[in-house]
Amino acid sequence: MNLVRIKEKAIHFFFFTTGISAVIILLGIFLMLLIRGVQTFKDVPFFDFLLGIAWNPSAYGEPSYGILSMVVSTVMVTLGAIIIAVPLGIGTAGYIAEIASPKKRETLKPVIEILAGIPSVVMGFIGIVLVGPVIAKIFGLTSGLNALNGSILLAVMSLPTIISVSEDAIRAVPKDYNEASYALGASRWTTLIRVTLPACLSGIVASVMLGIGRAIGETMTVLMVTGNTPAMPHSFFDSVKTMTATIAIELGEVPYGTTHYYALFAVGAILFLTSFGVNLVAELVTVKHRRGRA
Amino acid sequence: MKVRFVIAGITCILALVFITGCAKNEADRVSIQIKGSDTEVNLVQRLAEAFMGKNQEMSIAVTGGGSGVGIAALINRQTDIANSSRAMKDEEIKQAEDKGVDPVAIVFALDGLALITHQNLPIDSLTLGEVAEVFKGEIANWREIGGPDLAVSLYGRQSNSGTYVYFRDNVLKGDYSPQARRMNGSAQIVEAVKTDKAGVGYVGIGYVVDDKGEVISGIKVLNIAKEANLPAVTPLKKENVRSGLYPLTRPLYQYTDGKPKGKLLEFIQFELSQEGQELVTMEGYYPVTAEYMDYNRRLGIIK
Repeated sequence: MNLVRIKEKAIHFFFFTTGISAVIILLGIFLMLLIRGVQTFKDVPFFDFLLGIAWNPSAYGEPSYGILSMVVSTVMVTLGAIIIAVPLGIGTAGYIAEIASPKKRETLKPVIEILAGIPSVVMGFIGIVLVGPVIAKIFGLTSGLNALNGSILLAVMSLPTIISVSEDAIRAVPKDYNEASYALGASRWTTLIRVTLPACLSGIVASVMLGIGRAIGETMTVLMVTGNTPAMPHSFFDSVKTMTATIAIELGEVPYGTTHYYALFAVGAILFLTSFGVNLVAELVTVKHRRGRA
Repeated sequence: MKVRFVIAGITCILALVFITGCAKNEADRVSIQIKGSDTEVNLVQRLAEAFMGKNQEMSIAVTGGGSGVGIAALINRQTDIANSSRAMKDEEIKQAEDKGVDPVAIVFALDGLALITHQNLPIDSLTLGEVAEVFKGEIANWREIGGPDLAVSLYGRQSNSGTYVYFRDNVLKGDYSPQARRMNGSAQIVEAVKTDKAGVGYVGIGYVVDDKGEVISGIKVLNIAKEANLPAVTPLKKENVRSGLYPLTRPLYQYTDGKPKGKLLEFIQFELSQEGQELVTMEGYYPVTAEYMDYNRRLGIIK
């Protein structure tokens, strides 16, 4: 009897450890970023770091560590991606959930899942050889390596997330709602726009937040297609250098233990907090959504 | 039962022989790690292939990443040779010495760093001063130096690049324009300039010529004058670069930890041999001048 109990406890302990390991890893990563990042501020005043426009750690003269330009760049590229991806994603989700015949649905869904599996470096490649020249031609620019290019590719990359989460949300709307709407003489379109989508709004908001989370942390694609200019961007046709690209480019050659090294960790910490915040909002909205229905 | 033990014993012995046999073969293979400069990576790859063709037991791995990455790897003892298109900085040498690494520089080729533009841009020559102003962003429109009314579109490398540092320290003597695009590699600069009618970029001479020594289509190589009263010359002519008349002539380095020995030394000697220097020419770069050969000789690398 005792042996069984010990066994029971051991198994319990084992699953408990695996269960909380994710939490421990998360905390560990955050602490590491924070502890190293904070050391930046021994040399760089906090507000100069946060609000400085110039990021030039390998300057000819005095290095500068201002992250505002790259924060604006990241926000711009992400926002552009969401503006493109949201109508497209929700439209697709609506089509798959409500309109498409089962056969079409069964073809579309796996195709969208494959879209999620395209490696980011391949997307970057497409951006350089295809999207870039097309943008340059349409808008009469000399080069298509700009924020818009990054936004378009990130939109494509965040589409699968937005579509699958929105579709689940739309499907979860009780059939009674639609039937009541039809009974009142509403068309399919009116029903989808006026009844179904409002009913699952929080689910759709969650899908958008997850899409943002996907876009904000993407590195390889933006590094390849946005041109990486450290200047403050003024429009979507300017080249930009995002936070992720800065870390990826510079961490390879930075000597350990220097201000530059710590500053990259500080950038990482801010990136982490941003994407953590976005995911947290998505989670809260989803929970609320579930509770609202229950 | 006994038979089983015997079989097991034989299996063990055979396995042991097999494993040690393999290990012995592995030990015979000499592997060299080379890392660094993107300017040099294709050239060194070619030299390595030729050398491996003659020495079957050799295995040489050449990777890029930028001179800064190569030097960092040498300091951290992660590579045998660091390719670098710039000289090591004082602080890097100090870091290396702190870790007990003694960097030795070998010059194995010459580069005439080329400034390239789109083939249709009606500008053929610039002075070094103009080049600096363009890349510092002080000249922002081609109109200011007699070109069309187009905003200059700058293409450069990232800070891990030796070429980035060389160009900044020797040409700009100041900071790059924040509008300059930071590309991943030289090949990417060439591709971008090809499609950008206002584009200008800098790359090693090996990236602008094809196998026959012709400039690849779509781009133009600018003639550069050291000063306004001196003639603007092209880096495509060997004599301009080897004489130093072309102002962006620079040595291409390889750094080793201490004086190279054994197979490492043989490889470097091969690079500096006539055959190696011919391969350098075939890749678009220029053979080492007598001056640098003397320098290598004084190091005791060659006789």
